[in-house]
Amino acid sequence: MTVLVDKNSKIIIQGFTGKMGSFHADEMIKYGSNVVGGVTPGKGGSKHLDLPVFNTVKDAVNETGADASILFVPPAFAADSAMEAADAGIKICVAIVDGIPSHDMIRIKRYMRRYTKSSKMTLVGPNCAGIISPGKSMLGIMPGHIYKEGNVGIISRSGTLGYEAAQQLKNLNIGVSTSVGIGGDPINGSSFRDIIEKFETDNETDVILMIGEIGGPQEVAAGEFAKENMKKPVIAYIAGLTAPKGRVMGHAGAIVSAYGESAIEKVEILKECGITISKNPSVMGDTVKSILEKM
Amino acid sequence: MDIHEYQAKKILSNFGVTIPTGGIVYSPENAENKAREIGGSRWVVKAQIHSGARGKAGGIIVCNTPLEVAQATDKLLGKKLVTNQTGPEGKIVNRIYIEEATDIEKELYLGLVFDRSSESIMVVASTEGGMSVEEISKEKPETIIRSKIEVAVGMQNFQARELAFGLGIEPDLIRRASDTIIGCYKAFSELDATMVEVNPLVISKQKQILALDCKMSFDNNAMFRRSQVSELRDKTQEDSKEIFASDRGLNYVSLDGNIGNIINGAGLAMASMDMIKLAGGAPANFLDVGGGATPEKIVKAFKLVTMDEKVKVILVNIFAGINRCDWVAEGIVDALKKIEIKVPLVIRLAGTNVEKGNKILKESKINYIEANTLEDAANKAVEALNKS
Repeated sequence: MTVLVDKNSKIIIQGFTGKMGSFHADEMIKYGSNVVGGVTPGKGGSKHLDLPVFNTVKDAVNETGADASILFVPPAFAADSAMEAADAGIKICVAIVDGIPSHDMIRIKRYMRRYTKSSKMTLVGPNCAGIISPGKSMLGIMPGHIYKEGNVGIISRSGTLGYEAAQQLKNLNIGVSTSVGIGGDPINGSSFRDIIEKFETDNETDVILMIGEIGGPQEVAAGEFAKENMKKPVIAYIAGLTAPKGRVMGHAGAIVSAYGESAIEKVEILKECGITISKNPSVMGDTVKSILEKM
Repeated sequence: MDIHEYQAKKILSNFGVTIPTGGIVYSPENAENKAREIGGSRWVVKAQIHSGARGKAGGIIVCNTPLEVAQATDKLLGKKLVTNQTGPEGKIVNRIYIEEATDIEKELYLGLVFDRSSESIMVVASTEGGMSVEEISKEKPETIIRSKIEVAVGMQNFQARELAFGLGIEPDLIRRASDTIIGCYKAFSELDATMVEVNPLVISKQKQILALDCKMSFDNNAMFRRSQVSELRDKTQEDSKEIFASDRGLNYVSLDGNIGNIINGAGLAMASMDMIKLAGGAPANFLDVGGGATPEKIVKAFKLVTMDEKVKVILVNIFAGINRCDWVAEGIVDALKKIEIKVPLVIRLAGTNVEKGNKILKESKINYIEANTLEDAANKAVEALNKS
């Protein structure tokens, strides 16, 4: 999907020289992503993985023309790094990091309101697997080889459940246009609705698979948006039928606290919005296939 | 992270909220002295556990003499209190809060939470204090008033005033009421809380506005910068297996079924639990070893799941991404050398190097049932359960 990343996206790594940053930068480069450098404050001017290191995101953008970034900085500093990327003119930023305080996420979202829609950075995550457009670019930590090139857009809160879907599709010889992990936190940069809207206008995507879970209003908001505005078919699976109410299930955002947030309620509401439901997680691939065959 | 009522009251009083005079005690003698120290002629003895609905469970006792206070304390200390929020196993009472009794004129509800739709802080109030917010929204939804607070600028006086007038508070008390509401907002925003609930917030016959019962929860992700809050953690109120897990970087939730799970990723873990249910079984736990599923974490996960006596079958479902199945398989083999498993074990590996991983498992001579898909794994786990 060219609206988020493609072969021309110039990627910088924030937290480049750390263990996580180094490892995943290397994986992304091997996949074919156009990584042009990284940022580690205090190490500017040096080289890492044969690429330039900068002190600030602004320096990196000025020198390399970078327009995409991925964050591998510890949770305590992640909000600051995301705002730095937004201010330096980065267009798309993926925050992989798990453990950013919710109050910090609200602060980032509020900070970004200073930009006009056309100059506003898209933030994806945190606590997510990132973005991959198979064969084009990977701005994330997923295993690239399980994604076949194709026409299905995937959006998932969970990382591994998104992998599961990609694998099921590949086994059925179905490919993926772009897969976006929006992350498991209660407050996130991009919602399901934000991403399905991008998929609707993407000419490489024909159907959309949305993998949600218990907690929060975002699946329902996406369903209502799809009902009013989308022509492309949307398929959804919601994890957590057996999750008890009021308990956090691993992801900080996976907690049922209001009506419409349990898996059963979400499924019912999505059905009413005309969304096809994958009735269990092992038939996500088959459900997509049956829709593709009808097209 | 949850804290006790008395801790929440202490915090809120630091933010200008008035609370009844009270003190924490650990023994009946202590309690009797505390009652005399507080003075007055009526006291409330309150069991401190991490749960609401304590009154209905017998955890709150009104007393008329210091001797009665001692007796009530004696009755509650060391007991397990079962409320509709604790589950059948209940929660142990190790601390008792003694408070002067309040002459209540009116009970109100005040709550603050994150609103995930608007990504702001939502203040919720109602004239129907004393009932749970779920009950209020079901039975008296028309009494609920809300105010959305923009976190960048914080709560304004007019917003608090609107809420106070909305609650029908008399003009002389509006100033006190709005200070109370703003105090709760400041505690929420300055301490990385995720929930503040004052229920009931009362107007006393003496025209005081008092927080009679409070609950606060905090964002675990922010505890690194809130050492004074994280010190308030009381592990006696948590499930021992959940403490073992959280101390080792595992995400674990104890459930009622008998199929133990070891899975990487929260979404995949929930999905696997769903498959178990569809196959006719019930999960004994939710356990996410993290997307990476390192061999060390797998050893710890096996230890944790085998601690649970309910578990009759163990299901391992790992989708190896950046890590590889061969590495995960070695972790499993290593874990089984250290920990004896007496129940059937179903293993499903998927993702990077799955063939190599399955080969390592087969050649290791460990006793297990191989599964290929999510569905296959759940079916085989339920099948093994029915055979055992």
